[in-house]
Amino acid sequence: MWSQLVTIWRVFRHLFAARDTVRYPEQKPYLSPRYRGRIVLTRDPDGDERCVACNLCAVACPVDCISLQKTEDDDGRWRPAFFRINFSRCIMCGLCEEACPTYAIQLTPDVEMSEYDRNSLVYEKEHLTIDGQGKYPGYSFYRKAGISIKGKAKGEADQEEKPVDVRNLLP
Amino acid sequence: MWDMELLLKITLLVSTLLPTAALLVWLERRLLGFWQERCGPNRVGPFGILQSLADLIKILFKHDWIPPFADKPLFVLAPLIGALAVMMSFVVVPLSPGWMISDSHIGLLFFLAMTSLAVYGVLLAGWSSNNKYALLGGMRAAAQTICYEVFMGVSLLGVVILAGSFRLSDIVQAQQGLWFVIPQFVGFVIFIIAGIAESHRLPFDLPEAETELTGGFHTEYSGIKFALFFLGEYLGIMLISMMATTLFLGGWLGPWLPPLVWFLLKTLLLICFFILLRASLPRPRYDQLLAFGWKWLLPLALVNLLVTAAIKLTGGT
Repeated sequence: MWSQLVTIWRVFRHLFAARDTVRYPEQKPYLSPRYRGRIVLTRDPDGDERCVACNLCAVACPVDCISLQKTEDDDGRWRPAFFRINFSRCIMCGLCEEACPTYAIQLTPDVEMSEYDRNSLVYEKEHLTIDGQGKYPGYSFYRKAGISIKGKAKGEADQEEKPVDVRNLLP
Repeated sequence: MWDMELLLKITLLVSTLLPTAALLVWLERRLLGFWQERCGPNRVGPFGILQSLADLIKILFKHDWIPPFADKPLFVLAPLIGALAVMMSFVVVPLSPGWMISDSHIGLLFFLAMTSLAVYGVLLAGWSSNNKYALLGGMRAAAQTICYEVFMGVSLLGVVILAGSFRLSDIVQAQQGLWFVIPQFVGFVIFIIAGIAESHRLPFDLPEAETELTGGFHTEYSGIKFALFFLGEYLGIMLISMMATTLFLGGWLGPWLPPLVWFLLKTLLLICFFILLRASLPRPRYDQLLAFGWKWLLPLALVNLLVTAAIKLTGGT
């Protein structure tokens, strides 16, 4: 009986306590830069798109919301013919970001992407691609990787040794 | 023929009661929010005051569905009885010396009778829904009402002895010197507890008990009929608060302010107290509720009645 009266009194005192509520649309909570929100495609330092259409993100995606098609340029570079993310399926898990070998696909701290029409949630490549380099500035896949494209043969990449002639045993 | 003034008063009362009940929903949600360190509904209109209106519009446009296995006439009738019986009781509530729709000499008995009738709404709803949860809720409502009705009446007899009348305006006048809450404190506490049980409010909302009965007697109800049950419940809180004000807290009596303001102020405070009880106390187990009623409150009410009668007979106050 006494404890119930004490309970009533203690609950009453909460009337004068500060509210815990974050009044959301007016008062935005801080989202860290590594927050997993809307997905973007970034560009390399030259302004070229980083994505090489390797399909690893689409394979890693647990809800199959990414679909893309590879195409090849005249200079031997791979790029996606189309790159589509269906955000009405996306669960913002970030596995695509982890799978990406070229830092192309990145998650951003933007979560406010509600739409009235479900089709508006299907983002194409031009909607996804941003102008900047995202979280990894200065990285360019074709400059680092030992893949020969037009104007860059094997062994000409940064920090890459000349190719070894495996048929020659001489030192 | 028709007493125009009376008709006007009734129209005015009904047309203020219904929005007030809706406003009460907002008040309750807001206060509960504050006590849980939230904000409560604060978006629709200033301070969210139009939230009830939005809820009302929504619930009116819901599909008014009657389950095929229900007993149709009773199913429709039950919410009407529940809401109407409570609204009838407001007839005898003396808001101020100038505002009494019926200053009946059995006003108190009329109030008790009407609150007992209100349980038929719940009972029939539980029965006609043809659903085991609803039936359990209805049975609980019946047992709870029988139990709490008894000592609600007994606890009020102390007031009647002191005032010497069943007429509610006489009872208010008899509190000119001293509010009955002081000589009849035990009766007041018992009446409040019984009142909560009567209006099926938390912590005595066992007929509904969302967590165990999926909504209890109104499991099968939706749309406007569900809204009527809600209306009945909130009118019930208002009624119990108004009666407690009238019988124990001196009704419209009070210095400086006009009588009506005093009455409404006291009622509002009591309503807030009821909401506080909801915010702070857990729901008891069903057998505990009945045992508490029969084994503690009923003897206590009887002892209170005996002592009051003895003091009155031996010439005390």
